[in-house]
Amino acid sequence: MKRFRILGAAVLLIVTGCAPAAAPAEPPTPTSPPEPQTVRVMTHDSFDISEEVLTAFEEEHNASVEVLKAGDAGVVLNQAILSKDNPLADVLYGVDNTLLSRALNAEIFEPYESPMLEEIPDRLELDDEHRVLPVDYGDVCLNYDKAWFEEEGLAPPSNLETLTETEYEALTVVENPATSSPGLAFMLATIGHFGEENEYSWLDYWADLRENGVLVTEGWSEAYYEQFTYASGGSGDRPIVVSYASSPPVEVQFSEEPFDEAPTGVVVGNQSCFRQIEFVGVLRNAEHPELARAWIDFMLGETFQEDIPLHMFVFPANENADLPDVFAEFAVVPTDPVTLDYTAIEANREAWIEAWTETALR
Amino acid sequence: MRSSIQEDQEGGRNDGWTVGFASSSLFRPLMYALLISFLVLFYFYPLAAILRLSFFPEGQLSLEPLTALFRTSRYLRILWFTVWQAALSTLLTVALALPACYVFARYDFPGKSVIRALTTVPFVLPTMVVSLAFTAFLGPRGLLNAALMQILRLEQPPLELQHTVFIILLAHVFYNYTLVLRIVGEYWANLSSQLEEAARMLGAGRWRAIREITLPLLLPSIGAAALLVFVFDFTSFGVILVLGGPRFATLEVAIYRQTVHYLNLPLAAALSVVQILFTFVLMAVYTRLQAARSLPVELRSRQATQRRPQGWREKLLVVGNVMLMLLMLVLPLLALVQRSLTLGGSLSFGYYRALFSNPRGSAFYVPPVTAVRNSVTFALATVAISVALGLVAASLLERRGHGSSSRRWDGGTDRGDGSWLRAAWGRLRGGLDPILMLPLGTSAVTLGLGYIVALDEPPLDLRTSPLLVILAHTLVALPFVVRSVLPALRSIQPQLREAAAVMGASRWLVWREVDLPIVARAVIVGAVFAFTVSMGEFGATSLIARPERPTMPVAIFRFLGRPGTINYGQALAMSTLLMLVCTAGFLAIERFRVGGREEF
Repeated sequence: MKRFRILGAAVLLIVTGCAPAAAPAEPPTPTSPPEPQTVRVMTHDSFDISEEVLTAFEEEHNASVEVLKAGDAGVVLNQAILSKDNPLADVLYGVDNTLLSRALNAEIFEPYESPMLEEIPDRLELDDEHRVLPVDYGDVCLNYDKAWFEEEGLAPPSNLETLTETEYEALTVVENPATSSPGLAFMLATIGHFGEENEYSWLDYWADLRENGVLVTEGWSEAYYEQFTYASGGSGDRPIVVSYASSPPVEVQFSEEPFDEAPTGVVVGNQSCFRQIEFVGVLRNAEHPELARAWIDFMLGETFQEDIPLHMFVFPANENADLPDVFAEFAVVPTDPVTLDYTAIEANREAWIEAWTETALR
Repeated sequence: MRSSIQEDQEGGRNDGWTVGFASSSLFRPLMYALLISFLVLFYFYPLAAILRLSFFPEGQLSLEPLTALFRTSRYLRILWFTVWQAALSTLLTVALALPACYVFARYDFPGKSVIRALTTVPFVLPTMVVSLAFTAFLGPRGLLNAALMQILRLEQPPLELQHTVFIILLAHVFYNYTLVLRIVGEYWANLSSQLEEAARMLGAGRWRAIREITLPLLLPSIGAAALLVFVFDFTSFGVILVLGGPRFATLEVAIYRQTVHYLNLPLAAALSVVQILFTFVLMAVYTRLQAARSLPVELRSRQATQRRPQGWREKLLVVGNVMLMLLMLVLPLLALVQRSLTLGGSLSFGYYRALFSNPRGSAFYVPPVTAVRNSVTFALATVAISVALGLVAASLLERRGHGSSSRRWDGGTDRGDGSWLRAAWGRLRGGLDPILMLPLGTSAVTLGLGYIVALDEPPLDLRTSPLLVILAHTLVALPFVVRSVLPALRSIQPQLREAAAVMGASRWLVWREVDLPIVARAVIVGAVFAFTVSMGEFGATSLIARPERPTMPVAIFRFLGRPGTINYGQALAMSTLLMLVCTAGFLAIERFRVGGREEF
């Protein structure tokens, strides 16, 4: 028995030893009446915004914003589901339409019909109960290296079908849909474009792509920075890559030399892109639900929305938000991106990825 | 350590050390309790929480996920691949590193400590960065292929390693070479060469003497290093995903995919259980063999075992090994450094300058100084805790290692009081060694989610606390400290301690004057690895949402996640910075001496 007491004492020792270090993470104890509250926002690694914009919210609501990040959207959603009885945060931002069904089924969100929804087009609103609200969207499309095609005297690809032509052999790099979000989006684009039941189905397309030497990498960074001719500093030999429609303006923005036109192009025509829509929602059992709703209104407002493109490289959902110059000038927005029913995506994700893996890899 | 002679002595002793410390019979149990509660709270409890969630979905046991594993041959194939690639990688790593261990143990040459520090740099680098380095160095248009094409006048690149098993093996060697070099090399350096010299005098050739005399003596440390390498390769994740490409999967990769992309927690948990069981069995077998095999040996200070290489043969051996290490471990890193310094085709510090600016006023901008400070703070805290706990663990485990001698001691102390307790304690200790290693063989994804489920209520709501980062890093660092220290501790001849005790030294004094000087180098090796583990962001916390305290690897990931040559360049510049900080850290830790004694 004595040993157990000692063990207990040591546990206590560890616990009490931990307490002071853990304290700063908790909201300060109330001393004077208008003590600022903290709204916690759980999100993925790509979340970014101006200091200025964040401060604007904090001053307006006498609050502080604490952003919790961990990994990609899939990891974050898992965490939210596992901690739903005792949530890590008040707000979850970053669930997209490929993960939406899963999030809604797990019932982690509290409905909130924000007045700001009036400024957001209906086509982006996927949940009628307003458990999640659209914040931004981005299109996953084929990008190509303009200079490479000019030097080779080859026409840049104009649609998905081009990639299976013999002149385009071993020119394309895509990401694995089993591990990469743009990879999954591009696979969904091919499903929407070619269909499952047609005579020439999406799997036939992938079989032909494979025949034509398509390269598959695990993630976007490997595809873009190691294989894509334009961005790999000479080590890659693939002039066509699956990336975002917003990549060219970002290349212009983050380049050491000024450009008259973007160095990379985007294939936008004829249902060749997949549209990802990102959502925000108030988490159930949130500690500060009121402040959480205020934060959501703020995210959908113009100040925040206009700050989105240059920090997260996607397009604002609010139609009144002006685009920054570099986006207005260099970005192309596909007119007819593929959209698939989000419940169908959840229902078929695993089967589709399996079928894709069989066809494109094994 | 606890001889009957010593215990008799203790009653009558009364000097400053014993009163406050060693004579208090509470000290040792308290240390053990601390170690065990650490493991229980931050390993077993979170792990049990996530497994419970997966196997008892509605309060009912469901083994469906486990049986699902064996319904097709798919997961058996994954397990098989996981095992053979790890075994082959380990063999290669040990085979390539052993000659260098000899060179580092027996010869003294200029630049030795810098080269040793550089070989450890790969260990901390994020896989994405290593992948960039490998592509720049070994890719179809990499430096090596370009050079070969020019020399051999070839049209096509001769080396096609991308997305093959060869590049996985190479990357594993690249990462883990340092484990063997440090653990075996340091042990070897203190091994007396008398037996070897005697054998040679009796007519054995150099290689025969090494094979038949030195290698058997080295086995404990080779075993320890190989085990760590194997476990690292067995749970390999980034290397397989990024360099191996989509056709290869280890258990860890399968766990990650099931969790993150199919959101299938039960199946992921079942795979985790398989991984943990495999690790446990391996560890148990290893610790049995190890404890039986290790012998007290005569150790010498390194001044007595090392000298400058003489004659062309020895010089060639030293130079050859150093060249091989530079080619395998340092050249790929230099390819990165070179790129970080090249802007628009000419030498420039532009990317480094960009690191210090925040042109769009981002709220998440990471000033490099902050990233370095955060990384180093976490790493030093990890070193402190894991070395303290590691020494406790090692001294606890060491008592099993002395064969007959230790049995005699135990017999002496066992006077019939509470013998069942003692027996239970003995069994617990027997299982402790493999248990200590388990965190290394446990999927970070599973444990990370376990933290979210388990540590969610006061007083243990550590989910968003920076302390959790340090604790999780310690969990991974601890096995390195134990594995480094244990062979040295077991090599101590019991007579030394007995002599000290007979002459009246307290238990604490014996430890300080006999054990510590001998294991000091091994502790430093352990500390270096604890530092690297933390700097490289190993551990379950990388998957836990927490407030911003961005470290260098986090900053690198952020830059690599977005398009734009400036972002790419900044990722390379930050990686170079990470290499520099680590090299400086290793050199600093190695300068650490215990009380200025003759170096062992």
